[in-house]
Amino acid sequence: MTTLAAARQQPGGPGRGPARRGPSRLAGAGPLISLALRRDRLFLVLWGYVIVGGLASTTYSFRHLYITGAQRASLALSIRNNPSFLALSGPVYGHSLGSLIIWKAGLFCAVGAALLGIFAVVRHTRGDEEAGRLELLGATAVGRYAPMAASVAESFGACVLIGVAIAVVQVLFGLPAAGSLALGAVVALTGWMFAAVAAVCAQLTESARTARGMAIAVLGLAYLLRAVGDSAASLPWLSWVSPLGWVERIQPYAGPRWWLAGLCVGVSAALAGLAALLAGRRDLGEGWLPSRPGRAQGPAWLRGPLTLAWRLQRWGLLGWALGFAVCALVLGAAAKDIGSSLNSSPQTRDVIVRMGGHAGLVDAYLAIELALLGVVAAAYGVATAVRLRSEETEQRAEPLLAGPVGRIRWAVAEVVLAAGGIVLLMAVAGLATGLAYGLSTGDAGGQLGRLLVAALAQVPAAWVLTGLAVALFGLVPRLTIPAGWTLVGVAALLTLLGPSLRLSQWALDLTPFAHVPKLPGGDVTAVPLLWLTAVAVALTAAGLAAFRRRDLT
Amino acid sequence: MSAVIEVTGLRKSFGRTRALDGLDLTVVPGEVQGFLGPNGAGKTTTIRVLLGLIRAGGGTARLFGEDPWSMATTLHRRLAYVPGDVTLWPNLSGGEVIDLLARLRGGLDEKRKAVLLEKFELDPAKKSRAYSKGNRQKVALIAALSSGAELLILDEPTAGLDPLMEAAFRECVVEERQAGRTVLLSSHILSEVEAVCDRVTIIRAGRTVDSGALADLRHLSRTSVRAELDHPPGGLDRLPGVHDLDVAGTRVSCQVDNSALDEVLVRLTRAGVRSLVSQPPTLEELFLRHYTDQP
Repeated sequence: MTTLAAARQQPGGPGRGPARRGPSRLAGAGPLISLALRRDRLFLVLWGYVIVGGLASTTYSFRHLYITGAQRASLALSIRNNPSFLALSGPVYGHSLGSLIIWKAGLFCAVGAALLGIFAVVRHTRGDEEAGRLELLGATAVGRYAPMAASVAESFGACVLIGVAIAVVQVLFGLPAAGSLALGAVVALTGWMFAAVAAVCAQLTESARTARGMAIAVLGLAYLLRAVGDSAASLPWLSWVSPLGWVERIQPYAGPRWWLAGLCVGVSAALAGLAALLAGRRDLGEGWLPSRPGRAQGPAWLRGPLTLAWRLQRWGLLGWALGFAVCALVLGAAAKDIGSSLNSSPQTRDVIVRMGGHAGLVDAYLAIELALLGVVAAAYGVATAVRLRSEETEQRAEPLLAGPVGRIRWAVAEVVLAAGGIVLLMAVAGLATGLAYGLSTGDAGGQLGRLLVAALAQVPAAWVLTGLAVALFGLVPRLTIPAGWTLVGVAALLTLLGPSLRLSQWALDLTPFAHVPKLPGGDVTAVPLLWLTAVAVALTAAGLAAFRRRDLT
Repeated sequence: MSAVIEVTGLRKSFGRTRALDGLDLTVVPGEVQGFLGPNGAGKTTTIRVLLGLIRAGGGTARLFGEDPWSMATTLHRRLAYVPGDVTLWPNLSGGEVIDLLARLRGGLDEKRKAVLLEKFELDPAKKSRAYSKGNRQKVALIAALSSGAELLILDEPTAGLDPLMEAAFRECVVEERQAGRTVLLSSHILSEVEAVCDRVTIIRAGRTVDSGALADLRHLSRTSVRAELDHPPGGLDRLPGVHDLDVAGTRVSCQVDNSALDEVLVRLTRAGVRSLVSQPPTLEELFLRHYTDQP
């Protein structure tokens, strides 16, 4: 608080004498917040709309789908008895309409807010620092903590607004006020915690990309820990290790536990404080983790766009593969436990039989896991493909294209890396799932092949999204990055929430993942996979053809 | 009068690289000081220490008599800075950036801003992503020059400007000096420093190698001599104080320490002088000498 007091004592205006007591380390945070809002206005509005809209449409459809108490109780029961539901969306508390809605969309909204916090904070701290813009700002009367504090304040504020919007929407739909407020708090506080995590990560590395990756990895780990904790009967404590587990247990519409919200506020504040501590003790541009010098000479294999793309992104791809391996191992190992938690009430046995017995239950769980990883692999593909655009706008394509490198050759390098990376990631996912599940059931040989095929079946669908990003890059370059990511978001939304959104089959079919055969368990059919591959190739070709003809930016 | 900038024995290492190794720099109020050195000599590192963006690793740095790290925010209200490589927010216009920087510093002179926009022919309504390097540089320059700050720290500010804009920049620096402001101008464009600076500090490999008024430095230095003679000269190569001697038949060119000038002229006249050109050292030569010689 002393810093705030000092801020008020500061004489304004240039050319004044210095204040005798210590200068404010938060000075200038106000204008920096407006700057951040000015830069992010479109991003915040769109992101907020997706989160609030996703929840509102779930609420709308659930109100019509589950009218009687008996319908809701039966849904709640089938959720509790289905570990894949629990792993994907978390537990359900009671069987009120509100609780069911939270089960369906709560985690989606919370993760959305967490990503918002991560992107906003890294963009305005390490992102600006790496680009050199913080040097310009740091030479003005801006306190050492101000850029970080401003970005954290911006994302905290945005999360609160989203939380309030959620509460208002839910109350308008006729849900209880206290629970709706608690749901708003769940979403807002998840955003807070991960904005604060991102603020710490931004102090650790010199690269914004790495900082963002680290924060997202923490989010992924939190999701994974609670997925296992929520679904495996033997490991419930794992959910208590994960911040996402805490917010689930606030259980808004089943007697909110406000003390958990207090815990989240405390953790956010502690992390933000840690970030400030780290920020105040380092040089501009420096990170807390050591950075190594590069090699003095280019390796002999570095001789074209493809090898350059590989050189630039190999560690990133390795990180993705590692993440896939960890996720798949954990989820695969948990598969055996599925059903062991089931009691033997007649209704439960009914559910199991309807799902094809215990084997059917496990297959359904594994199929959902692999479909989810397929969407994440598509995110990798799109992230790699939209690099074409950032390389173009940040003038890094210019020196290559000015040399004897054709446009198509340059662009194809990135496409090859994206498409190949997807195959690699899904192969890792299939092998790791098969290994973990196979070892736990003593049938590693059989499961390995079966799950590898199931995982690779997702590849053509992920290729289609990558192809769409390439098509955007060629045809409407300005929209490559925002529209590319929106497509990934829509695919995730339809895959996760689709069936409950009461959309027509026509709308659900829009995502390529709807056309992938349900594997393992279903029939392996090649025709849809060939079609998806053909569509992906056609989109890519259209994008490249348009890119050859358009002006460079 | 106490110095605006007082740096003594400043050290800074990045890992194993020693960026600053006992650097000294003094800037007194109201002067325009040139800060010269080749790439990698430590100019920008020094400036970053002075701005409190990085910490000194040893020695002392004082800005307006205060510690630049702990008093950064307060001190920054009294100075304006133009970095060598200006990056802006791509979706903000130049005008927005100028006003933002001014607001963060504590205000700007609107009239001066208008004059400067005119002078540097900058369209402030353009988005930053559409600016060339030179135009981004102009945005930072206009923000700094219209701030009315006591001290201007300019780090190779004309790197992207065309000759006309460079001339406009020089006029501005002269105006700033007349208004009583202090300027630290880091540069490797020597004609620029010669044109506007009162004093220069020359650094090399993180160390100050020379500092003083331009006139004093010239005094310390060499004269460049070219002559055409009747006969090939004798014994010039053995004279102490003669450097870079090049004898091609009857044509001679060399650099001469001022202390040896008399003796050289005696030898030249003995060989019969047909034509003689002697020049005071340009800053280029000063500069070359300071960074090509071993310390």
